[in-house]
Amino acid sequence: MAEVYRTGRRAELPAWRERPSAGTQFAKALVIAVIVTVMLYPFLYVVASSFATPAAANSGGLLPTSFSLDAYRSIFAGDVVTRALLVSVGVTVAGTVLSVLFTVSTAYGLSRTKDVPGSKAALYLILLTMLFGAGIIPQYLLIRNLGLVDSYWSLILPGMVSAFNLVVVRNFFMDIPAELLESARIDGAGELRILLRIVLPLSRAVIAVIALFYAVGYWNNFFNAMLYLNDSTKWPMPQVLNEYVLQGGQLSTVTDLHQAAPPSQTVQMAVVVIATVPILAVYPFAQRYFTKGVLTGAIKG
Amino acid sequence: MYAFFLPGVVFFVVFAYVPLLGNAAAFQDYSPFLGFRGSPWVGLANFHELFSDPQALAAIRNTLIISLLQVVFAFPAPIALALLLNSLISPRIKRIVQSIVYLPHFIGWVIVISIWQNVLGDTGGVNQLFSHVGMSTAHLMTDASTFKGLLTAQVIWKETGWGTIIFFAAISHISTDLYEAAVVDGAGPWRRTWHITLPGIANVIALLLILRMGDVLTVGFEQILLQQNAVGNDAAQVVDTFVYYNGVLGGNWGLATAAGIFKGVVGTVLVVVANRTAKRFGTSGVF
Repeated sequence: MAEVYRTGRRAELPAWRERPSAGTQFAKALVIAVIVTVMLYPFLYVVASSFATPAAANSGGLLPTSFSLDAYRSIFAGDVVTRALLVSVGVTVAGTVLSVLFTVSTAYGLSRTKDVPGSKAALYLILLTMLFGAGIIPQYLLIRNLGLVDSYWSLILPGMVSAFNLVVVRNFFMDIPAELLESARIDGAGELRILLRIVLPLSRAVIAVIALFYAVGYWNNFFNAMLYLNDSTKWPMPQVLNEYVLQGGQLSTVTDLHQAAPPSQTVQMAVVVIATVPILAVYPFAQRYFTKGVLTGAIKG
Repeated sequence: MYAFFLPGVVFFVVFAYVPLLGNAAAFQDYSPFLGFRGSPWVGLANFHELFSDPQALAAIRNTLIISLLQVVFAFPAPIALALLLNSLISPRIKRIVQSIVYLPHFIGWVIVISIWQNVLGDTGGVNQLFSHVGMSTAHLMTDASTFKGLLTAQVIWKETGWGTIIFFAAISHISTDLYEAAVVDGAGPWRRTWHITLPGIANVIALLLILRMGDVLTVGFEQILLQQNAVGNDAAQVVDTFVYYNGVLGGNWGLATAAGIFKGVVGTVLVVVANRTAKRFGTSGVF
């Protein structure tokens, strides 16, 4: 729809896109400015504070403006955050690969319910899970009975395939013209070959979006690690953040830093920044696919 | 084809259906050492205990209040924002604002609360500014009496932008002929919003509201758990945290599972009731 008036000249706007009065325009601009400020200021503040010198951190200005890397140095001198980063990266990469593999494979297997007896029942079995959850305790007991407590698998397996993402991918696959697949089949291509050579190259956008969803989910997951990891040396970033930023634990008591102590608040913010940067790094790349991918799923699903 | 989807089906059976059986613990004096087979069956005793436990009742009450606040304030926020952004003429500004407001959705609760803490906490930026101009410290992040409002504000900050996507989709499906005809008839922007856009997305609003009813007893488990120490249980104990503390931490598995089942049943019943009500008012329901 945006394409209609992308050229943006006044004369080319459709009649129902008339330019509002100066007062309305001003009011809208003001509201938008307030919204953007409220969304962005906290991020800016945290980043600026993480680089602040002790004196500037508590000066009471809108944003601290001094620059020092002490907080980051002291964090990376200790091993708590470094180890948590490794765990988070490992779980996120391994989890995302497994999630995308399972989601794509299942979605493809269920994309032609008419031709494959039993696959319709399988589809409903999966769709039904969107309507209920077993509850915290039964989930916990399952993981415990599977012997996965204190295993990194407990961070990956419980949410490995999302029924919602599966539906989004399946809808996308079903939109691929059947003749295309049919002709490949006549040429003697097997299903796996069709999936890899025809279906996947046409589905890059949707796979980028669900990969982002999964990756962000793994990166941010606090819940699973809290439930299933008792061993604090296995903690991923969210646990470390909670312990040292929210619950006020001191990083230095666990690491053997010879801390020339940057103020703890500065260190805390630096940890927050370190945990946020990976998300900010992938966000712009996947962002342009959002509306496309999410919409097809939301409308049909 | 079976080889493609069977692993996925097995996954859902193991991680979505098998745990349903675990709900049997609600009718047992469950002990992990005895297992489901060895633990004694106690009928409805856990449910009796649940509904006579003042802490459980307080948790249910807190949950309902928070839920109500969120339906009233957080639910309409994306609709308003979608309408505002939709009314912008410049597609470029619209896209920039969209990228900014979507962002917090991708930031986990731990990070979001850390950020809020650092901006609004007792020693945070806002309070430093306050003390600079001679005002007293506002305990925005630790005041139990305003905690429920704080939770709602956090949800609005984090999810409003992302929530607009589905409304944009709905708006883009409204025929532009309607707007053209309305302009010819002399309807201004406000009237077109009221008589065309809002009715055009009413079905989506109803659908989301119905689904929201299923989550009436689900209010940000992580979000609350992370802040519970700061404000205390009186204000911050909800059904999910009650389940967690009594079950996983407290070892009272039966009681905790019973609370979980209660939550699930209430959600399902409300979805069905809301669906019927929506149909009675002439919108199509979810099922």
